[in-house]
Amino acid sequence: MSESTTPANDTTANRPIALATRGLSKAFGSLPVARDIEINLPVGARYALIGPNGAGKTTLINLMTGMLAPNAGQILLGSDDITTLGPQERVRRGLARTFQINTLFAGLNALEAVTLVVAERQGLAGRFWRRVASHKETIDEAYEILRRLRLGDSCYQVTRELPYGRQRLLEIALALATKPKVLLLDEPAAGVPQEESGEVFEAVASLSDDLTLLFIEHDMHVVFRFASHIIVLVGGAIFTEGSPAEIAADPGVREVYLGKRKHG
Amino acid sequence: MVSAMTMTPQAYLQAQSRWHPLEIAFWLATLLPFVLFPDYLSLASQIAITALFALSLDIILGYVGIVSLGHAAFFGIGAYTAGLISKFGWGEPLTGLVLATAAAGLVGFAVSFIVSRFRHFTLIMITLGLGLLAFEAANRAHWLTGGSDGLQGVSIWPVLGIFKFDLYGYTAYAYALAALFIIFLGARRLINSPFGLALRGIRENWVRMPAIGADSRAHIRKAFTIAAAIAGLAGALLAQTTENVSLESISFQRSADVLVMLVLGGAGRLYGGLVGAAIFMIARDQFSGIAPQYWYFWIGVLLVTVVMVLPNGILGGLSHIYARWRRK
Repeated sequence: MSESTTPANDTTANRPIALATRGLSKAFGSLPVARDIEINLPVGARYALIGPNGAGKTTLINLMTGMLAPNAGQILLGSDDITTLGPQERVRRGLARTFQINTLFAGLNALEAVTLVVAERQGLAGRFWRRVASHKETIDEAYEILRRLRLGDSCYQVTRELPYGRQRLLEIALALATKPKVLLLDEPAAGVPQEESGEVFEAVASLSDDLTLLFIEHDMHVVFRFASHIIVLVGGAIFTEGSPAEIAADPGVREVYLGKRKHG
Repeated sequence: MVSAMTMTPQAYLQAQSRWHPLEIAFWLATLLPFVLFPDYLSLASQIAITALFALSLDIILGYVGIVSLGHAAFFGIGAYTAGLISKFGWGEPLTGLVLATAAAGLVGFAVSFIVSRFRHFTLIMITLGLGLLAFEAANRAHWLTGGSDGLQGVSIWPVLGIFKFDLYGYTAYAYALAALFIIFLGARRLINSPFGLALRGIRENWVRMPAIGADSRAHIRKAFTIAAAIAGLAGALLAQTTENVSLESISFQRSADVLVMLVLGGAGRLYGGLVGAAIFMIARDQFSGIAPQYWYFWIGVLLVTVVMVLPNGILGGLSHIYARWRRK
């Protein structure tokens, strides 16, 4: 199963950097939530971001995607400084995210929702003189993304009526439809029963090798199975980082994180 | 349901935007007043105009989710523009319509830069404030608008140089109905377009839109400008068909009424405003015949009942019943 992800282990380190942060800091009032964070995501990486609750993992994703503005530091997408760009501009440049809590279009069906994303990317969403139904390539591309995430057979069902696990997959489908270079997944299997979370992560694993991934996940089995590199965040700062084997063997990590939490 | 599963995605979306037989029946029924109620053609033309106004509000309220309490500002701008053009010597109706639509659209475009920055309660208050502002401006500019006396001396030439506006309202109703139908076709096309999908996206999840690379504010500006232009067109139709513009056309009352109509009929389904306008106007006509001063009491009863029993309006309730009946 993890065949497709293992080769990435050794090769991504030499690849160019897809996304980087330089001295990224943010405080809510007097509470620091991101402290001098330096991250380098090589192209095609499969990085996991772990840490106890309140470590600032989602905050970091919010900073990277422009939903929060940092107090200091820089964010680089490829070689471009994107620190001052708005969220939608970052998405257009290839930086997408998913949300820990479903942030979907409840009243649209899956096909309409993904078609909307593809239409936005193709610059069609401002046009009001042709019907959606006549944009065949847009619809076909949307359907192809849904099919790849095994949502093809429920794509006409309105989102709010989809089973929860399928909604989690649709979360990913919406992000993928922006054709990202870098995809940040905030607990993609959050709230999914453990037996079903495999489906979500298999969908993630089947994504192309060129796509750079950073995911937040609490289930250590999943982290060790899918990540080529793990970053441990504690109290808004990087505690340590390394390969899964290094992290598993790190006594400090065991103490702050692994030992204290029950998985799942 | 089963048949939908076997359709290709494109065929499915085509089926979604196809004309339903009930729609065709609806539009054929709009011709009935010509033969069945020739005495009520003036009322019918006012219904068509109000329906167009409600349709314009539906685009921003029903599809984008913008609640406006000042939409009559654009109706009024259209009405005064059309009235003034005629008063100053150019009574040709179609050019008057175009200019009035453009004027309301232009003001709507300017206002859209404010509107697109705010949401919820703040936005409702802003639209209310702008509506009151427009009303008082029209009231104050007595030299131009006639203030509370209304704009007198409006005289409209025959439509296309042939059809004179008659006392019975044949021309008025045909003219207003034609405008309503043409604009409805455009609005229907807009709602089924990628832009319409983006508007529904804003309504369904404002937070997600930037995360899919969408510029919601640009979409809102565009939708608001279009809605303002259509409202102005409706106002111009009223000015031309009644050859008079009163302050009432830009009043808060009109903003509130159109909101009531849309909620009665059902927002976010294009026909809701049309049906709501018809019910409201006919109810007003009938109730005011019974008790001229208290007719709004019955509108209140109707509104409260509909909102409590049918949260998606009359059309929402009917389509729910229709869907259940089809499933059997």
